[in-house]
Amino acid sequence: MTATWPADRLVGLYCQMYLVRRFEERCLELSRKGLIPGSIHLCIGQEAAAVGAASALRSDDLTVATYRGHGHVLARGIDPRAAFAEVLGRQTGLCKGRGGSMHLTDMSHGVLPPNSIVGAGLPIATGAALAQLHKGADRVVLCSFGEGTLNQGGAHEALNLAAIWSLPVIFLCENNQYSEMTPAYQMIKGDSFATRVAAYGMPTTKVDGMNVQAVAEAVAQAVTRARNGEGPSYVEADTYRFLGHYQGDPGTSYRPVDEINYWRARDPLLLLAAQLSAEAGMDMRLKAEEESIEVALDTAQQAALDDPLPLRDDVWEGLYAAG
Amino acid sequence: MQQVRDKVDTGSSVAAAVHEMTYAQALNRALAEELERDPSVIVMGEDVGAYGGVFGVTRDLQARFGPRRVLDTPISETGFLGCAVGAAMCGLRPVVEIMFVDFTLVCMDQIVNQAAKLPFLTGGQVRMPIVFRTQQGARPGTAAQHSQCLEALFAHVPGLRVLAPATPADAYGMLKAAIRSDDPVVYLEHKALYATVGPVRLSEYIVPIGMSNTVRSGSHVTALTYSAMVPVVLSAADALAEDGISVEVIDLRSLAPLDEAAVLESVKRTGHVVVIHEGWRRGGYGAELAGLIQELAFDWLDAPVGRMGARDVPKPFSPVFDSVYLPTKDSVISALRSTLC
Ligand SMILES: Cc1ncc(C[n+]2csc(CCOP(=O)(O)OP(=O)(O)O)c2C)c(N)n1
Ligand SMILES: [Mg+2]
Repeated sequence: MTATWPADRLVGLYCQMYLVRRFEERCLELSRKGLIPGSIHLCIGQEAAAVGAASALRSDDLTVATYRGHGHVLARGIDPRAAFAEVLGRQTGLCKGRGGSMHLTDMSHGVLPPNSIVGAGLPIATGAALAQLHKGADRVVLCSFGEGTLNQGGAHEALNLAAIWSLPVIFLCENNQYSEMTPAYQMIKGDSFATRVAAYGMPTTKVDGMNVQAVAEAVAQAVTRARNGEGPSYVEADTYRFLGHYQGDPGTSYRPVDEINYWRARDPLLLLAAQLSAEAGMDMRLKAEEESIEVALDTAQQAALDDPLPLRDDVWEGLYAAG
Repeated sequence: MQQVRDKVDTGSSVAAAVHEMTYAQALNRALAEELERDPSVIVMGEDVGAYGGVFGVTRDLQARFGPRRVLDTPISETGFLGCAVGAAMCGLRPVVEIMFVDFTLVCMDQIVNQAAKLPFLTGGQVRMPIVFRTQQGARPGTAAQHSQCLEALFAHVPGLRVLAPATPADAYGMLKAAIRSDDPVVYLEHKALYATVGPVRLSEYIVPIGMSNTVRSGSHVTALTYSAMVPVVLSAADALAEDGISVEVIDLRSLAPLDEAAVLESVKRTGHVVVIHEGWRRGGYGAELAGLIQELAFDWLDAPVGRMGARDVPKPFSPVFDSVYLPTKDSVISALRSTLC
C-alpha cells in the first residue's frame, strides 16, 4: 500500500461504505417486519471489499456480483430507491420486481445480473470481457465471489478461459472465512486459495479486506493490467461477514465468539473513521455526511414502500424479446 | 461445399438459386452467411476452429473469419457456455457448438438457470441472443451417453426456444432464424441427418421460429413428428397410402414455441393423431402434445392420442436392440393403423 490517501478521497469511500451498511441494516429491519419476502444475504462487515473495488472502476466498466452483492451494486452508483423497490418486489424496482435482493441489475450503470448460483458469475464475466475485446473497447469486468466459490468446477473453467484468452477481468475473491456455515479451510487442502488460481497463469494478490484503501489500490493495479491488454488478475480480500449467511441465520452457532469479536473490532467503517479522526473537525464532518445519507435513504425507502406492485397480468414481461 | 450443384428454382418468382447440399453443408452455409452479414456473430466450441468441427459443420469458417470470431475452446462446457451468456448480454450473438446433446448435462446451469432466466429476472434489461447448437439421436453403434434425445427437457423450460430441423433446407433456414433471434435457442441437429442431401434455397430463406411444416397432406390421421423421425414417418405414410389410408404428416420443426394452430387444425380435421419421436416416451414431448390436444380438441377426437417414442431405457449398444429401442417404419405403420380401428 502506498501513502495514506488525502482525507477527501477517503471520506468519499467512507460515505459509500456507510450507504451500503445503512441500506442493508434497513433491509434487515424491513425483512424482520415481513416486508421483504424471501432471503437476503447481507455483506455487513465486507463493505470495504465492495466499495474499494468499485472505486477502482471507470463508470463504463462492468460488474458481475453475487447474491451477497448489495455493496457491489450500490457502489456503482445505482439509485437506492430502485434498489429498495426491487428487494420489496415493486414494479419500480431495478428488475421490475422479477429478481429481488439476489439479482439487483442495472445495465445502465454497468451492473450485470448478480447470480445466486455459486460460481456461475465467473464464466459470465469472461464473456462480458470477451465482448469488450471484440468491440475494441477498453472496459474491464470486475467479478466478485466468495472463497467457497473456488470449489466450484465452473469457476475454474472460467479462470482458465480468462487466462488463455487474456481477458480483461478482475477476479475479486471476498474471503469471509465461511461458505454458508462451513469453515473455508476445512474444504481445501492447505491454506491458500490464491495458489490454486496462480496455477492458471495470472497474478494473485492478498489484501486486508477491512482496509478500503488497500482493496482499492490492489484492484486498481489489476484494472490497469486488464485495461492494458495484459489479461486477468486475482485479488483476494480477507474479510468477515458480521451477521449470518442470510437473515435467518444468527451466525453464532458455528463461529466462535472470540473470532466474531476479533473481526468486529476491525470493522472497516470504524477503522477508517478512527484513521480519519486525526484530522481536525473530521468527526463533525463524518457525522454530517452520515446524516445526509440517512435522509436520502429515508426518502428512498419510503418512496419504494409507496411504489406500486407489478400487475399480475404482466407476469410474462421480459421473458422473450418483443415480437 | 465444393461439390454443391447449382440449379435454378423455377417454382419461385424470385429467382433464388437452389442448391443440392447435405444437412451439414447447409448448416455451414448458414453460419458463414450470418458471420458475413453481422459482425457481432461469433462461433465457439470444441474443435470448431482449425479442425472445422467433429461433424464438419464449422469447416473453413475460422480460416475465413479469423480466430477471434470462430473460437476453439477448452473442454469446459460450463466455462464457454457461460462465456457465451456474458457475451450475449454485452452485444455479441454467440453460436455455441456443444458436440453432443449428452454433454449439455454438464453445463445445464448456464442454459437453464442463466440463459433462460436472466432476461426475465432482470425485468427485460438484458437480451440473450445465443444459439446452443448441438446434435442428438441414436445411430447404430452408439451407446447410452452419445445417443439421447433431450428436447423434452429443454422445451420444459420457459425462456428457451427449441428447434429441431429435419432437412437441409430447414437446417439452413432455421439456423438463420435462430441466429437472428434475440432469445436463447437450443438448436437440435440430428447426427443421422448430417449426410442427407436435399435442395436448399439460399440467401434469404428464413424459417420463422414457431412454424411447422405439413410435409404430407392427408385426411384420415395426423402424424406429428420432427427431426430424424420425419423420413421414417413419411415412408410409413407412403406404405399406408397403398392401402387407402391417408396420413397427414406434420414436421413440427419448432418445439418451443409450438405451432399450436396448425396442430389443432389438422387434428380437428382428421380426428385421429399419433405423435412419433425419438425421445423417451415417458414424459416425452409427445406427452405435452397429448395433453394439449385433449384440452383443446377433445370433442373432435375419435380415438385417444397415440404416443410413440424410444423405449424407456438407456440406448443399448448392441445393434440387435436397435429395432426395439426406436420407433421404426413398421411400428409406425401399425400405430397409425390401430388408431383408426
Ligand atoms: C451451485 C450452488 N450450490 C450451492 C448453493 C447454496 N449456497 C448459497 S451461498 C453458499 C456459500 C457460498 O460461499 P462463498 O462462495 O464463500 O460466498 P459467501 O456466501 O461466503 O459470500 C452456498 C453453498 C448455491 N446457491 N449454488
Ligand atoms: Mg465465504
